[in-house]
Amino acid sequence: MEKYIERKYVLELFNVYQQYDGRIILNDISLRIRKGEFVSIVGPTGCGKSTMLRMVLGSETPSQGIAAMEDHLIKRPDRRRGIVFQKYSLFDFMNVRDNVMFGLELEHFNMTDNYLRKIVPFLYRKKELKFREEADHFLEKVGLLEHAENYPHQLSGGQRQRVAIAQAMIIKPQILLMDEPLGALDVGTREAMQIFIQELWGQTEQTILFITHDLEEAIFMGTRLIVLSQYYKDGGNGSKIVEDIKIPWPQPRPTTIKHTKEFNDIMEGIRHAGLDPTHLHDINEFNIQHEDALCSVRKFEE
Amino acid sequence: MIKNFYRLRTSPGRRISLILSLILFLVCIKLYYNTSVERHAENSQDKLVPTGEQLWNGFKKTIFEVKIREEYDSNGEVIKNELPKSFREAHERDKQAFADGKFGNKREMWKNGAARNYLKHGESLLWQDTKASGKRILIAMVFIFFGIYVGLFMGAFPYAEKVLYRFVLFFDKIPALAVLPILFIIFGLGETAKIALIVIGVAPTVILDTYLKVKEVHDEQIVKGMTMGASQPEIVFRIIFPQIIPKVLDTVRLNFKAVILFLIAGEALAAEAGIGYRIFVVRRYMDMATIFPYVVWISMLAFIVDMAFRSWISRQYKWLNK
Repeated sequence: MEKYIERKYVLELFNVYQQYDGRIILNDISLRIRKGEFVSIVGPTGCGKSTMLRMVLGSETPSQGIAAMEDHLIKRPDRRRGIVFQKYSLFDFMNVRDNVMFGLELEHFNMTDNYLRKIVPFLYRKKELKFREEADHFLEKVGLLEHAENYPHQLSGGQRQRVAIAQAMIIKPQILLMDEPLGALDVGTREAMQIFIQELWGQTEQTILFITHDLEEAIFMGTRLIVLSQYYKDGGNGSKIVEDIKIPWPQPRPTTIKHTKEFNDIMEGIRHAGLDPTHLHDINEFNIQHEDALCSVRKFEE
Repeated sequence: MIKNFYRLRTSPGRRISLILSLILFLVCIKLYYNTSVERHAENSQDKLVPTGEQLWNGFKKTIFEVKIREEYDSNGEVIKNELPKSFREAHERDKQAFADGKFGNKREMWKNGAARNYLKHGESLLWQDTKASGKRILIAMVFIFFGIYVGLFMGAFPYAEKVLYRFVLFFDKIPALAVLPILFIIFGLGETAKIALIVIGVAPTVILDTYLKVKEVHDEQIVKGMTMGASQPEIVFRIIFPQIIPKVLDTVRLNFKAVILFLIAGEALAAEAGIGYRIFVVRRYMDMATIFPYVVWISMLAFIVDMAFRSWISRQYKWLNK
């Protein structure tokens, strides 16, 4: 396995600003993410986590600054960035297998093929079988092969999210974006899903950008933690990255780690530094330790 | 029992449900019967509320009594044919001919006999009218279904929306019946005006409903499609369209009543055949014994079409049965 420092950057944001109707939401965000990283982004409500994700996704363009993948600017959502939303990731009108193989079908069958395969199905059977096999392989990975024929409404919340992950991963995106994917799940399912996503990441080394509002989840899941917050001195002008650190423990992590003193210390520190509106820090006090950090380091040096 | 009517969150059994749902029908029949008996006691010639027997005869007349279609020669003269007056008469003729040895076997008798000829050229009044009305509805439905695509484009593509939305919204507000005279002036008394009336009356609702359904599709689904590599037309036809189509078909189904309403309105004004036409023609003679079977027939047809359409939708789109 190549060393971490030798890996290419998959995603880069340079001095990104975003504003709506004159109100700044994101203030000078710069960020680099290397291949194979599992980056958690956490922040208080309204700090612009989802705005940032939409920019990375390409469904929004920054007011200023650059959002880029390896060799191209991000202009619109495309196959290079997969996404798992909190809700509505799956298409209700397709069964589980069709949902998972839909990405492959879109890649290989254009509109004409799609109509033709209803009229002359035997011409497309070979390819379809191949997609089916691949979809089943992914469904097996997420442990839902026996639900392949079911429709999304017949699955539980956790199962639906697992299908959504398989659906996003089958097209092999360069980075998988997750927008609070576990936000709507109950505590038990949530914990099981945290372990499941970690294990999957361990097997596939898929680069993941994981957005959550739950600090404990963010620390537990990621290899790197970024805190986005509007709670800093003179911070009426949008959110900044106030913390960018490496999470020390190897993955997969046992859930018991959440009860250790070290874990709780990190959590307390972050809460104090970025998530508590009663403690406003100066820009110089931001905790930017990660070697790939950009924006806030620059500010720090100033 | 009475207490149950005040109870929330209760579920009546199957037999009770059936009895309860029959109550109002039975009350209506009883009221009708009483009124009919009373009126006929006063005036035995009463036409307004026919008795059961008169109604039954009316049903028989409209459904089973066959009217032979007249055929014309090049000079416009009626071609006299010697078709039998009823199916039974035709069959009797065939049997006689068979006995006389005109046909080699029964199959030949059926193939070339009077009975088959009778079925070919003779139709009951109700069937003639149903066919004429059905044809108008079918043609109008083609245009209404085309409206689904207009709504789809309007909802999906903002530029198409800007061009079409206000126009359709305005068109939707025009009472279709108010433009009926204009349609007859423009298109004449033929089929076009009647079909145009149905389309103008119903299509804007279907277009606007489709438009709203497209707008209801979550943005996440569209973005998701894009991340899976779907092109713009693929998003419209492979992601949005399959999601909304069952709901839109439901709207078309619910608008079937309006379709029939406009059909009857159009036919009432000018037609040569049709269910609405017949009802309004016999109204002049206060022929309630014919009007009733027609009303029952069209209601039944609407009910059957609605039920068939509904069950087709739920079978075709299993994912809807949440």
